[in-house]
Amino acid sequence: MLKIAKERLNELYAKINETMGLFMPIKKAGEVNYHVWGEGKEVSLETLKTVKSPKNMFFPQTENMMKFKTEGKNIEIVDVREKLAAAAEDKPFVMFGVKACDYKAIEVLDKVFLAEPVDTYYQIRRNAATIVTLACSKPEESCFCSVFGIDATAPQGDVTTWLDENYLYWQANTEKGENLTKLVETLFEKGGEAEVETQKANTQAILEKLPFANLDLSRFKPENLNELFDDTRWEEMSEACLGCGTCTFVCPTCQCFDIRDFKTNEGVIRYRCWDSCMYSDFTLMAHGNSHTTQMQRFRQRFMHKLVYYPSQNDGLYSCVGCGRCVNKCPQRLNIVKVIKTLGGNKND
Amino acid sequence: MIEENLIPKIGVITDVRRDTPDVKTFRVVGTDGKKLFKHMPGQCAMVSVPGVGECMFSITSSPTNEEYMEFSIKKCGCVTEVIHSLEVGQQITVRGPYGKNFRVEEDFKGQDLLFIAGGIGLAPLRSVINYVRHYRSNYGKVVIVYGARSKDDLVDIEEIQNEWMNEPNTEVYLTIDRPQEGWDGHVGFVPAYVKELGLNPNMTAVLCGPPIMIKFTLAGLLEIGFDKSRVFTTLELRMKCGIGKCGRCNVGDKFVCKDGPVFRMTELDELPDEY
Repeated sequence: MLKIAKERLNELYAKINETMGLFMPIKKAGEVNYHVWGEGKEVSLETLKTVKSPKNMFFPQTENMMKFKTEGKNIEIVDVREKLAAAAEDKPFVMFGVKACDYKAIEVLDKVFLAEPVDTYYQIRRNAATIVTLACSKPEESCFCSVFGIDATAPQGDVTTWLDENYLYWQANTEKGENLTKLVETLFEKGGEAEVETQKANTQAILEKLPFANLDLSRFKPENLNELFDDTRWEEMSEACLGCGTCTFVCPTCQCFDIRDFKTNEGVIRYRCWDSCMYSDFTLMAHGNSHTTQMQRFRQRFMHKLVYYPSQNDGLYSCVGCGRCVNKCPQRLNIVKVIKTLGGNKND
Repeated sequence: MIEENLIPKIGVITDVRRDTPDVKTFRVVGTDGKKLFKHMPGQCAMVSVPGVGECMFSITSSPTNEEYMEFSIKKCGCVTEVIHSLEVGQQITVRGPYGKNFRVEEDFKGQDLLFIAGGIGLAPLRSVINYVRHYRSNYGKVVIVYGARSKDDLVDIEEIQNEWMNEPNTEVYLTIDRPQEGWDGHVGFVPAYVKELGLNPNMTAVLCGPPIMIKFTLAGLLEIGFDKSRVFTTLELRMKCGIGKCGRCNVGDKFVCKDGPVFRMTELDELPDEY
């Protein structure tokens, strides 16, 4: 294990930034989100939950997919990915300070976008990224990652780091992580094992006492799919839902998107953007709609996270317990309430 | 060149046929004049008019047609409205093929086959019917029941009357919803007609049409003694990507675009009723 004094972190960022892009939690207009690092930027590694999850690093909120030039009856397609790939190859980037829940969320997204047939837009960015995670030391009341088997005290990633009052501790886990370490190791000194163990134990003690630490997921199994779907309590659980979609936008694992065209002076741009299963036109077709009520849309979102996705992915839930939806829903609806209502006996 | 399912190919419309007042069939080839890609019966493709939008359609021509692809498209929304205005020579974009096909070798070979279609539901069935005709000796008796609102709404009526009706060991039954001048055939809804025909329940059946027709026809077939595990249909839900990622066509643990659109009725029983 390596360590670097906290006051020298700027040197570390600058060193990385010499050859690679660097994205990290940075405060801008009062909100902490992942932004490009630069001298003088207000880095906030301690911020537990960035407002937006880091998913937009790989799956941007909007992105152009291709262009069409039309002339008379003819069409020419301009593939924009070659530019994207060249840029990613020229300048691979580091995502620094990713928390355990958000890292797990990237694994959840990988199973969607990197499954055959691969989504190359996502893949190009994903391959260009080295992810440096940061262990949590002060989890909040809305956190419940441990319910999904995530260890906030020792997140995975290409490099895992821990931060205490004096030092940042650094441990490479993968080849990408080793390569990054080689780039910056002159700034580091050896040591930190004991401090990291102490922090892990302290954090663990907090995690065990969190209010949602003991949620029971035992009923969310593929064999209960239809029984859960038909549960009469979806009506009351969803009654207050406004269909605003905030939960889906702050969610680190929500991956639904729309593909649309718009006409510009230089031709047609086909782009994709985040979409939400909470919206009434999400499933609207010319001949009808399979989700006509907000209850159906609400049910779709939680069934997907807790039952459908796990049935497709060897039991992996597509909720990581980050708690963003708990904090952000204007109606105080959230997945915790759904788990408590439907999850199992231990929730009572 | 990066391999990608989301980037379409350019297709050229080489023929437009008006089938009914609101259905046109478009013949499409690549810019090199050849067929755009291979497919199997029941598979779909994303067709788009850039600047307007992209929609999923079943490929109505048979895979055995090696020259071109055809799409029978009903005018019922903003994209199909524009598609209907397109003329021969116009380029469009096409990507695919998407979805699981009818398993014409594993499930259909050696079987007597019953095809039941309502309205534009003939489009996906035409592909499999013509495939079966091409390899006729591999399949048993073929019975086709096709219904539409009126005689003018029967899609591909010329092919049905001139070719399908003259095929050996093949029976074709047509019906329209209400009596109409110039129509001396059967009048009545498909589900009722199917029950009247005295069909042999040992056939493998394929249903395609409006959800209400499928529901009542399936009930009728089960009443006659058909085996549910040998009845197939296709589903249609909103789609954007076609590769199981955009989330729209999710039903239970399935995505209609990649796990469907062809489903065995017993598979549908296991899915939540939301399609």
